[in-house]
Amino acid sequence: MYVAVKGGESAIENAHRLLADRRRGDRSLPAITEAQIVEQLSLSVDRVMAEASLYDPGLAALAIRQARGDMIEAIFILRAYRTTLPRLAVSRPVDTAAMRIERRISATYKDLPGGQLLGPTFDYTHRLIDPALVGEPDVPEAAVAEVTGEPVMRVADILAHESLIELEPRVDAEPGDITREPTEFPMPRAERLQSLARGDEGFLLALAYSTQRGYGRSHPFVGEIRIGLVEVEIDVPELGFAVSLGEIRLTECQMVNQFKGSAEKPPQFTRGYGLVFGQSERKAMAMSLCDRALRAAEYGEDITAPAQDEEFVISHCDNVQATGFVEHLKLPHYVDFQAELGLVRRLRANYDAARAAEPEDDSFEEAAQ
Amino acid sequence: MDASTSLTGGFADPVFAAQSVFRAVMDCMARPGTIGTIGSEATAPGALGAAQAAIALTLCDADTPVWFADTLASPALSAWLAFHTGASVAPDPTTAKFAFLGLGGVPHPDFPIGTQDYPDRSATVVIEVSGFEAGEPFTLSGPGIAGTQPLSVAGLFPDFRTFWQANRAEFPRGIDLILTAGTRLVALPRSVRILD
Amino acid sequence: MTAIEAASADLSSAQHERARRLALLARASRDELEAAWAALPVQPSVTALRGPETGLVMLRGRMGGDGAPFNLGEATVSRASVRLGDGSVGHGQRLGGDRQAARLSAIFDALAEGGDRVAVDALCAAIAARVEADAAREAAETAATRVNFFTLVRGED
Repeated sequence: MYVAVKGGESAIENAHRLLADRRRGDRSLPAITEAQIVEQLSLSVDRVMAEASLYDPGLAALAIRQARGDMIEAIFILRAYRTTLPRLAVSRPVDTAAMRIERRISATYKDLPGGQLLGPTFDYTHRLIDPALVGEPDVPEAAVAEVTGEPVMRVADILAHESLIELEPRVDAEPGDITREPTEFPMPRAERLQSLARGDEGFLLALAYSTQRGYGRSHPFVGEIRIGLVEVEIDVPELGFAVSLGEIRLTECQMVNQFKGSAEKPPQFTRGYGLVFGQSERKAMAMSLCDRALRAAEYGEDITAPAQDEEFVISHCDNVQATGFVEHLKLPHYVDFQAELGLVRRLRANYDAARAAEPEDDSFEEAAQ
Repeated sequence: MDASTSLTGGFADPVFAAQSVFRAVMDCMARPGTIGTIGSEATAPGALGAAQAAIALTLCDADTPVWFADTLASPALSAWLAFHTGASVAPDPTTAKFAFLGLGGVPHPDFPIGTQDYPDRSATVVIEVSGFEAGEPFTLSGPGIAGTQPLSVAGLFPDFRTFWQANRAEFPRGIDLILTAGTRLVALPRSVRILD
Repeated sequence: MTAIEAASADLSSAQHERARRLALLARASRDELEAAWAALPVQPSVTALRGPETGLVMLRGRMGGDGAPFNLGEATVSRASVRLGDGSVGHGQRLGGDRQAARLSAIFDALAEGGDRVAVDALCAAIAARVEADAAREAAETAATRVNFFTLVRGED
C-alpha cells in the first residue's frame, strides 16, 4: 500500500533557513572563503576530491563549506555534481615515474636513488596540540636546499633487476568503468582499483588494519610512497596529438608483499597498489593493502578474511552508497511500520492466547510431579 | 582533416538546441508514427540529413560509438562528429550505439539488439527516407498509440514489414528506429506493431 | 618543464611548438590571460566554434605505476575552440571550471596559428618563467627535507 501525504513545507523551508544560519555561525566572525579552505584545510579538500572521485579543489572546498565540514555530506554533494557534467575525454595514463616529487619515502631501502624525501609530513611531529598556532602566528618560509637532479627511481624497478618481484604486464587493454557498467563479480582488478580509489578512507583503513592483525595476512612492506604532481594529457582529435591540461597532485603507494610461491608462480615479492587524489598517504597505504588482499585468488591463497572478500569489500567501500542506504531509514516509514505493528500485535495476541492455554498444562504437570 | 567543414555546422546555441531536439525525439518516441520537426539547424559534412545531424549532436557523446553507412561515411564526417560530440566511429556494427543510414539504407544484421537482462544495450538506427506524405501506408499500434496510428513512408527499403516483424519478435530485445526526411522525423520504437 | 617537453615527443616541429604553447596556456592564470588580452594592440573578432564549456576528463593510472591502465577518477576540464576574423582556428583546454580562461587560451592559440606571434610568445615566455620558478622553488623545498643517513654503530661482533 502507498499513501501519499503532504505537509511540512514551511517546516522544511525554515529548517533549511536555520541550517544556513547555523552554517554561517557567529556573524561577528569573518566568513571563511573557499580559497582559505583550499589553502589551509587542503587535506580535507583532498579527501573530498578522492572519495567524490572528482578532482577540483575549488568545488571540493565549496562542498566542504556547504556541508559545514561534514566530510561525507561534502563528498555526496561533489559526487552528485559530477553527474551533471558531460565526459569530454579520457586522459592518457598518468606517468607517476615522471612525478614532480613533493615527498618520497621507502621502508625497504635506506639509500636509494633519489633519496628519502620527507616533504610536508606529520611524521616525527610530537602530535601534541600546539597552542602557538592560536591566532595568526608568523610562519617562517620553508627551508631550501640544492636540488641534486638525481632521478627518483621506482623501488619496484630496483627489485625487478633481480627478478624478485612480479612484473605488471604493460598491456593497453581498455579498462572497465564502474561509473558506466553495472557492478558484476568477480570484478577485474582495474575496476577494483577504481572502486578502492574512491572508497571510504575509514573503511579501507580498518580493512587494511585487519590484514595486519591476521585476517588475511600478507607480510607487507612499504616499497615506496610518493606524493607529487603529475601531468594530465588528453588526445585531441582535431589537433592530432596529445595536449597537457595541467597538473594534479597524487599519492602513490607501492606495497611489497612476501609470497612463498605456488604451483604456477615462483617465490617472489608480490605487489599491492594504491593511487589516490591529493596528499592522502593513509588512504593510499590502506588501498594498496586492500588491493593485495583482494588478489588472493590470483595467487591461489585461501580466502578466509573479510579484506579478501571482493564482493564484501567493493560493495561496502563506497560511503555515498552506504550513507544513502543507512540514512534512508530516517525517512518516513509510517505505512511499513503500521503493517509491522499490525503483524506484531497479531503475533502477540496469538502468543498470549497460547500462553493462556498452557499454564494449566504446566501446573498440571507440576502437580503431577 | 578539412577544418572548414568539421569544425563548423554545430548548433548555434548548443544547450537550448539540444534540449529542443531531445524534446522532439522524445515526443516522437512516446507517440510512435507521429511526425515531429527539428527546429534547430545543424549541418554535417556530406549527405547526412538535417534531422540526422541534429539528432547526432543531441544524442551522441563519448560513450556512444556511432556507425555510418558507407554512403554517408567520410573522414570529414568522423571529424565533425568527434569535434562536436566527442563520439567516435564504431569500428564494426556490433559496437554501434547509434547508426545513421542514407536514403533506402538497410539496418546491418549485426547491429546490437541488447540482451534479455540489458535490452537497453542496443542500437538506435536513424534512416533517411524521402517523405511521410505519399508512399507505402502502414497502420501502427502499441504503447503510446490510442487504437491505431496511420503512417505513410516513401523511400524506405523493400521488405520493411518483414524486417520489422523479425525485430518485434525479439522483444524486449531489438533496435529502435528513427526515420528522418529533411528536418522531419518519425520514431518507431521496438514496441511498435505494424498491423497492416 | 621536462614533463611538457616529453609530452610532445614524436611530433613535427610545428606540432611540438603548438603542444608546448597549449601546455603553457593551460597553466596560465586567469589574470595573466586577461592582462595579455587587454594589452593586445588590436583585439581580433572571435567566433565560437565550440564552447566554452566545462565537462569531465576521466583520469587514468596504471596498476603498479607501470602496468595495465585503470580509471582513477575524473577531473573537471574546460575547453573552447574559436575562429578569428582572419580564419585561424585555436583550441584551449585546461583543468578546472574556468571557461573564460579556456576561451582566452583558445584565442591566443589562434593568434599564434594565424602568424601573430609577438604577443603570444611574450605571454608564453612569462608563463614559462613563472611555472619554472615555482617548480624550482618547490623542488628546493623538497630537497631540504632529504634524509642524509650516517651510521652510528655497525654491530658485527
